[in-house]
Amino acid sequence: MKKKLLSILLCTSMVAALFVGCGQKETPVSTEPETKVEEEAEAPKEEKSGNDKLVVGFAQIGQESGWRDAETASIQFYAGQNVDTIDLKFADAQQKQENQIKAIKSFIEMGVDVIGLAPVVETGWDAVFTEAKDAGIPIVLVDRMAKVDESLYSTFIGSDFIEEGKNAAIEMATLLGDEGKIVELEGTVGASAANDRKKGFDDEIAANHPNIEILESQTGDFTRAKGKEVMESFLKTYGSDIKGVYAHNDDMMLGAIEAIKEAGLKPGVDIKTVSVDGVKGIFEAMAAGEANVTVECNPLLGEQFFDTCRKLKAGETVDKWIKSEEGIYRQETAADDLPNRKY
Amino acid sequence: MNKSKITKNQAFLPFAIFVAILIFNTIISGGTFLEMKIVDGHLYGRIIDIIRNGSKLMLLATGMTMVIATGGTDISVGSVMAISGAVACSIVSGAILPGLGGNVVAAIILALLAGVLCGIWNGILVAQIKIQPIVATLILMVAGRGIAQLITKGKIVTVSSDTYYFINGGYILGIPFPVYVVLFIVIITLLFTKRTAFGLFLEATGCNSAASKFAGINVGLIKLLVYAVSGTLAAGAGLIESAGIKGADCNNAGLMIEMDAILAVAIGGTSLNGGKFSIPASIFGALIIQSITTMVYALGVAPEITQVVKAILVVIICLSQSKEFKDTVIKIFRREKVVAGA
Repeated sequence: MKKKLLSILLCTSMVAALFVGCGQKETPVSTEPETKVEEEAEAPKEEKSGNDKLVVGFAQIGQESGWRDAETASIQFYAGQNVDTIDLKFADAQQKQENQIKAIKSFIEMGVDVIGLAPVVETGWDAVFTEAKDAGIPIVLVDRMAKVDESLYSTFIGSDFIEEGKNAAIEMATLLGDEGKIVELEGTVGASAANDRKKGFDDEIAANHPNIEILESQTGDFTRAKGKEVMESFLKTYGSDIKGVYAHNDDMMLGAIEAIKEAGLKPGVDIKTVSVDGVKGIFEAMAAGEANVTVECNPLLGEQFFDTCRKLKAGETVDKWIKSEEGIYRQETAADDLPNRKY
Repeated sequence: MNKSKITKNQAFLPFAIFVAILIFNTIISGGTFLEMKIVDGHLYGRIIDIIRNGSKLMLLATGMTMVIATGGTDISVGSVMAISGAVACSIVSGAILPGLGGNVVAAIILALLAGVLCGIWNGILVAQIKIQPIVATLILMVAGRGIAQLITKGKIVTVSSDTYYFINGGYILGIPFPVYVVLFIVIITLLFTKRTAFGLFLEATGCNSAASKFAGINVGLIKLLVYAVSGTLAAGAGLIESAGIKGADCNNAGLMIEMDAILAVAIGGTSLNGGKFSIPASIFGALIIQSITTMVYALGVAPEITQVVKAILVVIICLSQSKEFKDTVIKIFRREKVVAGA
């Protein structure tokens, strides 16, 4: 009896586990993007001859982070709003390069006007890009680069991490009146975002703000928990000598803010904060007066992407690197900005 | 007589190492390491950081010690932390079960229950279906983060409740709240393992599970229990972690912490083959790991080499615990003496 009950319990839990497993995989079934793409294949060809709707194929990496979800949403939202002028073919590659290559091949077959791609990895794109080039279809790389010959793609739309670091340094200098001691929370060691945001910041401080001293720099792995732990330690070592803190992303800053509060200091007042990304949480902190500035790293590339596509279709030349439009948000306006933040 | 009894205790060596690390840091920092201040009516200093940040690991190590004593391992604890944090934060923020109105107590209870469920799942896989523990718990280790992501819909859930924050950042009589949690849990488990036959059953199961079964111990139940306890303690650690950052970060909460927990048990001198165990020894093991982290920050080691520094320290500690290594060193030392003498 006992065993029977146990086996029933087990079976139900296993079935439940199965459902959970399915639930995760359900949304992006590997063949789905292709079939979807192929179903719609006939329609755009007719349209192409009929009117001059902009037909764009976009091969997205997949669901990866909140940031990427925001990017996907931005592209789909813009296309949805301009459904009269834009025909978007969207393929979700589930983090697999082979799926992205398949998607690009089917886009070429369909004869789309422009192909957009956020390459999941840097290498291995030469063959399929050459195919697109031979078919006369321009390729627009979005937010990530591919290591191919420059002639194979038309343009790259993405952030300039060095520029972000530099802007952060300028903001920090303004906050501190060009003088004071600060600490730095780095991202994951070796990540390009961490390397470049550090380089941009440190170079700008060294070159133009000699009275600002970076006391110490330590990695917080881009996470809140580590950011808090490292900041706790900085505060123990330097105490109230620290006048400002620069974090390579907002999450680490949110952790650091807690550490500052525990040390009996006021974040945003006693210790100024500058971080990068522009996530919702930091806007809430800024609205509460606990953070000062965030330098945006914008995933909402939809409008910029389609503008570029239009230009390419019209045969205009575009820059090889279109830097994404990024703002700098400060405490004063945070309360007004907060409702507009999408990610 | 009395002295040798103390040094023979399993917890003595880890305790000595922990004290040695503290002394080393105090000397290096010129005394500031031990400095303690009172800020806003609570204690503030590096020692407080070590015990508060180490509280998660101490909880995990307590559960892990019992699991390892039965000859098993639980590598799903990090994921269980993510699940419990996700459950609690989602309830407090009203994202799930809005009927509870963000009640913190209900959130804590449900998060702990989630931990119990995860533990029972592991226990059933190990004890009833007889899957190798490392494989059985690997399932939840992988799936757990997915479940946590499902609960939070892949986002970091931020909560602003000060009541919830108390779990990590609160103070009673100037001492951080997590310290009380750890003390409570350690005392309870010590009572159970030392004052009842439960501890003996654990060791027996770990030494020889078949013989224990014939001796009349319900081996399956014992195993189920230890995994359930480990899951519950992991959920508690998840609450402390998420309260500290006022949010549930499913991707990073407790990432790789299962390895630290196993390391804490190993540094504590409990054999990973099961059998004899000591919970206080594992607690000091956890404190050693946390103090190494704090030490690396305090010394200002460059970020690129922090991991290497930690690894070297761990190797030294493990070597100092190995009997064979000690014997070899003593032998070499003696031989040199003999050579020098001749």
